[in-house]
Amino acid sequence: MAINLDIRVKKANKVYHEGEKITGVILVHSGSDVKHDGISLTMEGTVNLQLSAKNVGIFEAFYNSVKPIQLVSCTLDVASPGKIPAGKTEIPFEFPLTPRPNRTLYETYHGVFVNIQYLLRCEMKRNFLAKDLLKVAEFIVEYKASSYEKAVPHPVNFSITPESLHNVKDKGRIPRFLVTGHLDSTMCCVTKPFTGELIVEHCEVPIKSVELQLVRVETCGCAEGYARDATEIQNIQIGEGNVPCGMAIPIYMIFPRLFTCPTLSTSNFKVEFEVNIVVIFQDDHLITENFPVVLTRY
Amino acid sequence: MSTSKPLSLCEWSCQIYDYPANRQKRQLSWEEVSDHPLKPLVVTVIESRVTRRTLGGSTTSSTGSSTPTPTLESLAAALEGTDPLTHFARQEMDPLSKMAADMWEPVPTDQRKSKDALLDDVIEPWATRKSAILNKFTTSEKLSIVTSFLSGGEKVVVKAQSSVVDKVKNRLEQLDDFEEGSVRQMMDLTQQEYMHRIEQLNQELVQAWNHDQRVKALKIAIQCSKLLVDTSVIQFYPSKFVLITDILDIFGKLVYDRLRTKAEYYIPGSKTPTSLPESFTPDMVPESAKETCRNWFYKIASIRELVPRLYVEMAILKSYSFLTSSEFSQALLRLTRMIRGIGDPLVAVYAHCYLCRVGMAVTTGDREYIKENFYDFVASYNQLFSPSVRAELNRQKVDLSTYLTLYTPALDWILQGVAANAPEKLLVEILTRCKEKCNNSALLLNTIMAAFKPSYIAARALQFIEMVSACDEEGFPQYLLFRTLGLCLALADPPAEHRLQILNDVWRVVSRLTDAGHYVSCAEVWIQFAVRHFSSREVNTFLGDIIRHMTPERAYEHHYPQLQAVVNKVLTHTRDFESLFTMDKFLPLLDLFQKESIKVEVCKSIMDAFTHNNVQQEPTNDPVIINALMFICRVMHDSVNALTVDDEKRQIGNLISGFVKKVDYGRDFEQQLSFYVEARSAFPNLDSVHAQLVQSVNRLSVETRRIVKGHHTRKTAAFVRACAAYCYITIPSITSVQTRLELYLLSGEVALLNQCLGQVDACLKAALSLVPGLPRTIEVDGKQRSSEPYLISYLCHFLSTLLVVPDSPEQGVLYLTRGLLNVLQQYAWEPTSNARCVVYLHVLDMLSAAAQETYLYHIEKVDSNDILYGSDPKFISEINKMCSVLLEEILSHLKYLNTNEQFQKQASLAMDLFARVVIRGDLKEPSMTTLAINLWNLAHRHGHIDPKLSARTLEYLKKKSMQPGGNLYADLVKKLHMQTS
Repeated sequence: MAINLDIRVKKANKVYHEGEKITGVILVHSGSDVKHDGISLTMEGTVNLQLSAKNVGIFEAFYNSVKPIQLVSCTLDVASPGKIPAGKTEIPFEFPLTPRPNRTLYETYHGVFVNIQYLLRCEMKRNFLAKDLLKVAEFIVEYKASSYEKAVPHPVNFSITPESLHNVKDKGRIPRFLVTGHLDSTMCCVTKPFTGELIVEHCEVPIKSVELQLVRVETCGCAEGYARDATEIQNIQIGEGNVPCGMAIPIYMIFPRLFTCPTLSTSNFKVEFEVNIVVIFQDDHLITENFPVVLTRY
Repeated sequence: MSTSKPLSLCEWSCQIYDYPANRQKRQLSWEEVSDHPLKPLVVTVIESRVTRRTLGGSTTSSTGSSTPTPTLESLAAALEGTDPLTHFARQEMDPLSKMAADMWEPVPTDQRKSKDALLDDVIEPWATRKSAILNKFTTSEKLSIVTSFLSGGEKVVVKAQSSVVDKVKNRLEQLDDFEEGSVRQMMDLTQQEYMHRIEQLNQELVQAWNHDQRVKALKIAIQCSKLLVDTSVIQFYPSKFVLITDILDIFGKLVYDRLRTKAEYYIPGSKTPTSLPESFTPDMVPESAKETCRNWFYKIASIRELVPRLYVEMAILKSYSFLTSSEFSQALLRLTRMIRGIGDPLVAVYAHCYLCRVGMAVTTGDREYIKENFYDFVASYNQLFSPSVRAELNRQKVDLSTYLTLYTPALDWILQGVAANAPEKLLVEILTRCKEKCNNSALLLNTIMAAFKPSYIAARALQFIEMVSACDEEGFPQYLLFRTLGLCLALADPPAEHRLQILNDVWRVVSRLTDAGHYVSCAEVWIQFAVRHFSSREVNTFLGDIIRHMTPERAYEHHYPQLQAVVNKVLTHTRDFESLFTMDKFLPLLDLFQKESIKVEVCKSIMDAFTHNNVQQEPTNDPVIINALMFICRVMHDSVNALTVDDEKRQIGNLISGFVKKVDYGRDFEQQLSFYVEARSAFPNLDSVHAQLVQSVNRLSVETRRIVKGHHTRKTAAFVRACAAYCYITIPSITSVQTRLELYLLSGEVALLNQCLGQVDACLKAALSLVPGLPRTIEVDGKQRSSEPYLISYLCHFLSTLLVVPDSPEQGVLYLTRGLLNVLQQYAWEPTSNARCVVYLHVLDMLSAAAQETYLYHIEKVDSNDILYGSDPKFISEINKMCSVLLEEILSHLKYLNTNEQFQKQASLAMDLFARVVIRGDLKEPSMTTLAINLWNLAHRHGHIDPKLSARTLEYLKKKSMQPGGNLYADLVKKLHMQTS
């Protein structure tokens, strides 16, 4: 006798904006009648901050993690104690998506040290003999079109040469090369691809791979100051093997959903992004050029 | 049963008719017709009209409005249902490629259809190229596969999934399995094994998909495309590409179909969801399906490595149609640019190729991206000669020219897409582009020549020759270029004034080729050009050149197929054989074929061309041709031995017979006969040829008679006797008894026609002596059947001939008929069959005809027995005696049937005999009447006779009794009535 509890929101892509109503149904599916002590539904949105071990030490990281920030919280009693007949039962619900006072709704973001998550939590209380049933469903919050700044094209030209490199130990061992190109904009809309062009004008040693690295930079503020960590989100190869010289290779990357969000800067934490262009030579030496990017929703 | 006794006491006497009185022409009534009776009854016009009406009624008006000619359309629709052959023709592909091909079938909107049909004519389908690539690019090197999905070490997790913890653990393990750590490399695979593994991966993918493990399926697709990065066994790369893109095609189709069928689409006005129709527009797609589709693309966009990301996205490119309808051209251009990032030029060009292939299936009008793909390749052309590529080739011990030929399948495909229906100026544009960027690359020239319309190429043939000659020696082999050019010129003619120069220019280079293989592959193509546009003198020189090149070191031994193609091309384009054999190099060319089987093949095709291509031509009497063909036929004939299969024998026999029939010396009959004699001695082993020769000689003999109008002079008489003798000697060497029987009879008849009585006797006797040797069963339409019906019909034919054959003075009366009866007596018939008696009945017929005063038919200038004996009473009584014996035989058989209780047979035989007695017998004899009545009774005793038949018989007899002198029949009818009632 398995009871199946499920939450279904009306929108297929589960994307909601501030001020919208989240509507949906709670689905109870059971082979026999179900007695329960009430069904409640909670909507909550939180920012979870985690301090990285690197910055504050392992113990602090473990114990001293920053208190979650509640952005939205709301509870509904969907059904009072009673009985649900066997079969499929749908209980509709509706929430207005509005932030708690003095808070703003940030976009959903899944990171390493910063997590912004919105959940619907449905709980079916039952008598002490049976386990309570719990079902959690995530929904996604995005900024509204009107309320946020739009991406303004901000093209950047770049040129990478041995001379432009920093952090080199032995200048003599660097092969001669020239990689030029441009990025269409360092201010990008997250739903649009990141684009540009790259030209290997000439290169003394064969190239093994050309890659784009998308990096998040998360900053958490706490009592002792702040912690800033850069971690890789994804790595996309755009040149495989010894790429032809003089040909414009497109730079093209789609921002992964959930793992990226519009660049965010608050008093407590920051989420920023960077793109690295990485050229790896046959002998596994690599050169990297870093570009901070600003992401926007629109 | 006891009443059968009086039957046996009976003497036959023949009735003598008064033929001239009875002889009047009887004819069925005629009727004029306006139509062929065998024409199909269906009138198409009416049918099409009906079809259209039903179409209009059942569907919306869209069909009617969009098609400009509804009548034609519906006619085609009507035909489509009825023609099973077209259906089969469409299903020729094997299921796998069909599956892949189905995927690329265009969305069936009318406009698209017509456009695609246009394109399809120009673009060779990928399926046909596929097999060519697989056949051409093979390797004996060892291959390796890196994958985690194949057995051969896959960890099998068999665990009872009891608790949640276990389940999670299990899943984690499975995940681990797909991680890099558990990826296994299989080394040292042969090509076969490798292909087998790929096929396994393919099945694995489909299976994973069917078990709802879509992530696993995607991972397999990714791993497969990863294999395309590896160029370690470079000669095999094109084949590998074909194998793997097949898998990707299937993957793409799976994704697309699932998205389409899972999309819950509500038809306007309907409440229940269905899957999307085949042709849908993005705004019909529900949001949830779009979301799923987007998820696929997001997932693929995050694939780390470039090549798998490109290939997998290309594979599911078609699914973009769920999102937008305009995405394609953008996506195609984007993918084209992204391919630039692939460093290895070979990998890149095949990626371009796949993109073009996928692109052609999803878009119709726009082909700009294909050109873009081609120019991208041109731009990176120098990459092919980069030091790293050379180093790799050195490592794999592959020379540059082999390496460059690996590019051709992909380039051909790409450029074909560009060139299809392209205007001429595009050719100029591309040529100049190639000149600028890659300095007359041979590789590109080759592809250009192959892809563009041959007529464009032909018009610029001289320009091309110049460019080809300018190509440097290193790299793409020059001979292939000349070969391709030759292929173009075979399809389209260059301007007439250039032709000689073209041939000279090309041959100056080609004849300098030292490698026999290279040389012959050019010659094979260019011979067609020479044969089509030049006289036999030039062709002869050409052939001489071929011989000169192929002779050293027995080079011809390795190039039989090419040489064969040369001969075939010469044959198809030569209209008159005289010029062919007057070329002094043609027969020496044949001498190059030293392997027996090949030589016979070639001879066969020559003879085939001679008999078939020259149908409109007159028969030949040219001694040169005849001699040469005799020689060729002898080669074919000599190849026949005990091990030759029947079909082969039949083929060769037919070809030689065809040749025999073609030879005609007109009025020179002596010469003709001596040719037949020569032919007989030349082809002693083939039955069918001998049969043909006998037929031909008989024909010749009859022809002679026709010319002298039956009045043989001494000379012609001797000639026809010689013909008869020829037949008589030739027939015994044929093995088939049946053929011999027929030919003997035929030759006998012809001899009779020519008044050679001695030969008639000899032939007929020989035939009779053969009858016992006829096998029990003969083959009719490929099945074994009893030979009895054949024998009966043969003997009837024989009897009808015997009637006019005069008795020989040295022999007794009707000695040939007696001989026949003896043979019948001794022939081992089936014991229960009526066959012997049936023949006896026919002999009765013949004998009663022989008893008449004048026979029904005669051979001109041959006195038959009616004239020889003049109805001498002795002769008649002799005949009657023979009849009586026969009668007795038949009656005893009737009795035998009675004891064996074969009443059905007995009744029908009795009825037949009754008819003979009544018609042929003289009813004035009371014994005959009694016999008739008894037979009637016997026939009706067991009720096996059809009452209608007996009624009709009585009717006939009544009619007879009305005629003058019919009182005998009236009596008989009366008695019969009494018996039956």
